[in-house]
Amino acid sequence: MVSLADTLIQGVLLGGLYALFAAGLSLIFGVMRLVNLAHGDLIVLAAFLILTLVTALGLNAFVATLIAAPIMFAIGYALQAQVLNRTLGPDILPPLLVTFGLSIVIQNGLLEAFSADSRRINVGWLETASLPLGPINVGVMPLLTFASALAVIVGLNQLFYRTALGRAFRATSDDKVTASLMGIRPDRIFATATGIAMVVAAIAALYLGARANFDPTIGPARLIYAFEAVIIGGLGSMWGTLAGGVIIGVAQTFGAAINPEWQILLGHVAFIAVLLIKPRGLFPRATD
Amino acid sequence: MALLEITDLTARYGDFQALFGVDMTLDPGETIAVVGANGAGKSTLMRSIAGVLNNAADQIVFDGLPIGAMSAAEVMSLGIAMVPEGRRLFPSLSVEENLLIGKYGRAASGAWSLETIYGLFPILKERRDAPATALSGGQQQMAAIGRALISNPRILLCDEISLGLAPVVIRDIYAIFPRLRETGASVVIVEQDIGQALKVADRVYCMMEGRVTLTGAPAELTREAIHAAYFGAP
Repeated sequence: MVSLADTLIQGVLLGGLYALFAAGLSLIFGVMRLVNLAHGDLIVLAAFLILTLVTALGLNAFVATLIAAPIMFAIGYALQAQVLNRTLGPDILPPLLVTFGLSIVIQNGLLEAFSADSRRINVGWLETASLPLGPINVGVMPLLTFASALAVIVGLNQLFYRTALGRAFRATSDDKVTASLMGIRPDRIFATATGIAMVVAAIAALYLGARANFDPTIGPARLIYAFEAVIIGGLGSMWGTLAGGVIIGVAQTFGAAINPEWQILLGHVAFIAVLLIKPRGLFPRATD
Repeated sequence: MALLEITDLTARYGDFQALFGVDMTLDPGETIAVVGANGAGKSTLMRSIAGVLNNAADQIVFDGLPIGAMSAAEVMSLGIAMVPEGRRLFPSLSVEENLLIGKYGRAASGAWSLETIYGLFPILKERRDAPATALSGGQQQMAAIGRALISNPRILLCDEISLGLAPVVIRDIYAIFPRLRETGASVVIVEQDIGQALKVADRVYCMMEGRVTLTGAPAELTREAIHAAYFGAP
């Protein structure tokens, strides 16, 4: 019974990491209907950025993330303004092809700069710290990961539903031309959205890099989990994305508990099972 | 000097030319009506002024500034707001959010605020938290007008605001124009429904097939002249 609860808790906390991977993807898709195939690689890029700040400047990993976040915002803003905005239009293929190409460019750029060695972001004593939760010991880092995922999703929801910028995000997503009549510049709105998604990517990168080893090629595999979380949750719904991440995380942890070879498999099975029952995800937006 | 001066405006959609050398002026505080049949080029004219369609810069001059080549967002921030044809409220936004987003690109003080717009259209206050799609057609039109007014524009462009609405609702909506006149705003009304437009306009432009065919004050124009300008000579 204790081990069952333990597995469940580990799975839920792992889901927080997947939700962090997925939140940026969900934000970009929600605002501009763009599926960013390079999202996983951009997270890995952010992880290398944090790693560089930690090793070169000797910074604490959390401080390094605070520095990496605005840098990632600038990268995201420029990427959207200079490249991705040109691909948006009635045809959905150009953004897919361009972000696929971008994924390859980032992977090879990182291989060139950092080699194929696996790395890890050092978080010191936190790595092994744990809190007793009744009979179960819960790692502090997984708890921080989940708390960060919650904070990111609450923050994004506040931004979307409580601020003028959030209204502009939703209005531009509804109708670009009419939004421009309100004084909104859709290109800038899209660039800002991608910038914010890259800030979330930097947060995800911290926990990705601190939790396990990473190397330049792991982006696409992480992207799959993020996609599954977004789709299970219902496209464009932030809380749905968290729920999706938790479902994948729990399925994977139970899979691993049954047989280590089943960890990844059971995550994908859970994804397909949800889609069979609710093809539009758990919390679909009414207007899609 | 005219607040808005349109000179020899041409507009085309690919190979199709929609406007052939339109000239038009709008004075401060003036209300003009642009009438004409479907396809006369009225909406193209409005979309050109609003910056949705781009033209040569000096074909449209606003307060001495050539705006013909500016983007819609730039034009809006200068103080030209549009109530677009078909209302085009944002379905993801509540009624109040639809009003508030109207001042995203321009924060000008003036007669219009959320409170005064709710005073003008009390039903919008009652339904402020409802999604915009839950409103009736007339209420949606009120929200679209409020959304344009909240930026306190110097020029309000109204594109077919009576289209698809019941006569009693049209009367309510047209009741705002005397109020607008008090605030000193200039207004361009585009209509197929000539009767309503003539009642509130200082001057009328009739358009046919991309050209202005008749101009004048409503009192000076005979029914026959308008009919000929609207449908072509019999």
